[in-house]
Amino acid sequence: MEHSAAIKRLSDPKPQGRWSLPGIGLVKGLLVTATNMLQSYYRKDRMTTVQYPEQRAPISPNFRNFPFLVYDGDDAMAGLRCTACSICEKECPPQCIYIVLDRDENGKSLKRPKVFDIDVSVCMNCGICAEVCPFDSIYMDGEYELSTSDRFGGLLFNKQRLARSTNYHAKLRPLQAAEVATRRKADEDKKLAAQAAKEAKAEAAKEAKAEADKEAKAAEA
Amino acid sequence: MISNPFMAPATNPAAPELDEDQLLHVSLGPQHPSTHGVFRMNVVLDGETVVSLKPVFGYLHRNHEKIAEAVTYLSSMPFTDRLDYICPLTNNWAYARAVEQLAGIEVPERAEFIRVITAELTRLINHTAFVGFFLGDMGAWGSALMYAFREREKILDLFEDLTGARMMSNFMRFGGCRNDLPAGWAARASELVNGFPRFLDELENLIIGNEVLLARTQNVGALPKEALINGGITGPMLRAAGVAYDIRKAEPYGIYERFEFRVPLGETGDCYDRLMIRFLELRESLAILRQALAQLPDGPYINPKSKVRNFKPPVGEAYARIEGPKGELGFHLISDGSVNPFRYRIRPPSFINLTLIEDMCLGLDLADVVVILGSVDIVLGEVDR
Repeated sequence: MEHSAAIKRLSDPKPQGRWSLPGIGLVKGLLVTATNMLQSYYRKDRMTTVQYPEQRAPISPNFRNFPFLVYDGDDAMAGLRCTACSICEKECPPQCIYIVLDRDENGKSLKRPKVFDIDVSVCMNCGICAEVCPFDSIYMDGEYELSTSDRFGGLLFNKQRLARSTNYHAKLRPLQAAEVATRRKADEDKKLAAQAAKEAKAEAAKEAKAEADKEAKAAEA
Repeated sequence: MISNPFMAPATNPAAPELDEDQLLHVSLGPQHPSTHGVFRMNVVLDGETVVSLKPVFGYLHRNHEKIAEAVTYLSSMPFTDRLDYICPLTNNWAYARAVEQLAGIEVPERAEFIRVITAELTRLINHTAFVGFFLGDMGAWGSALMYAFREREKILDLFEDLTGARMMSNFMRFGGCRNDLPAGWAARASELVNGFPRFLDELENLIIGNEVLLARTQNVGALPKEALINGGITGPMLRAAGVAYDIRKAEPYGIYERFEFRVPLGETGDCYDRLMIRFLELRESLAILRQALAQLPDGPYINPKSKVRNFKPPVGEAYARIEGPKGELGFHLISDGSVNPFRYRIRPPSFINLTLIEDMCLGLDLADVVVILGSVDIVLGEVDR
């Protein structure tokens, strides 16, 4: 390893040909302060203060805050993509998600949440729920002015409060939403194609059977 | 009389015996602004001289290690951001490395580059913020810290674009990173790296050669190399005393072997050397950043085989360490084959660097205690965990 002897100490010999004055270090420092003060009036990179709330700094497209739930179509509650699989509930580091699966009267799963609550006073904005969701249902929001005077109820977001349309998602994160939309479209097409193929196969089998029956009948005759 | 055997006799006048009635007990903290968080020191003074110093910590204890044993491996990642909240990305990296070692996951080349770039940017943040805080400890509260934070904010903007959060990044994943660099990010980072030396010159002009700074820091708080090594001190504090030990060189991890950089060393290990070593390390970090940004390859940013859900490493044990900005940051994990670790242990640099604080302070004035505490560079989120 190389030794870099760049640390100069007070006891080091002074370089020849330069005069030194007691207190010159202080003056040098004050010059820096004065330059900074003057530059803060005209240099763009030194004018860093933003007068919130009159002015607002632009939000980064990757910025994440609290999660929201995406729904397809117009009806928020009917179109929720969430299937209440509880993966996010299990993976959530501070355990702030609370999910109850909706069931019909026979106890059969309806694959949708009856209750989906997020306690945003506990949520630590990590984004792991969005990452683990296999149904493209939960994403991170960029909304940040969420103060409320109700400490408990106001910070417990239910599924009505959390639901956001696909348009909202597309506006918030265009790249991610576009990628998700194409993937979902491809999956849907694949599913439809598979179903069509299955139907065609069933049709073919039926025809073949009918043919065979016919032949058998002919042979009997 | 408790004396500091390492101090020169001139600074430690041997008093024959102390009258207990004449001693003054001072509780420094826990809310004193120069304690870097909620940390308390019980100091016993003989006049102005420190005769005993007992650190008291635990005010910020959050039960991190025990929580990590109850949640999945991935769920511990955002908690590591909150250890040393000045530099979350190096914490992420150390933990990701430990799990990768445990499960034997390969990391793609581009991900290694992204990790090096983010880690060195984190080092820039930490060392500039250190200079500001250290000056604040000496009473220069304001200018230096504000200038440091102004530059830090530019790096935090880069982090926000990359990870989605300024400080709580939660970015590294087992086998790579969570997302790729956004469009134009590398160019912006290069721009920042190229403009940074100008700020460093300014910061050096502001404080170097300042007579008050020299008087307050030189020959204060030095310990011999042997005491530091025996105490387990790592990082800039050890290198300031002239011990050439940097994990990036001693046990290269990631792709640090590919970059050319020097390890700056101090001579005496006093507070002045500890301050200056940070300036020199900043320049070396900039050199690494320039090389890494120039060589950044294309490719996957995460190992495609890595699992997000239901990740279960095989039964085993792993200890992985990195050279964090404050010293050796290590994670020790024991897996029993289930979704959560059986044992999760952190070796925090701030906490272990703090253990010798009494030895450094004995025989000095009360005002020096605050300077020495500042020079250790602690973050209470990491000390108390």
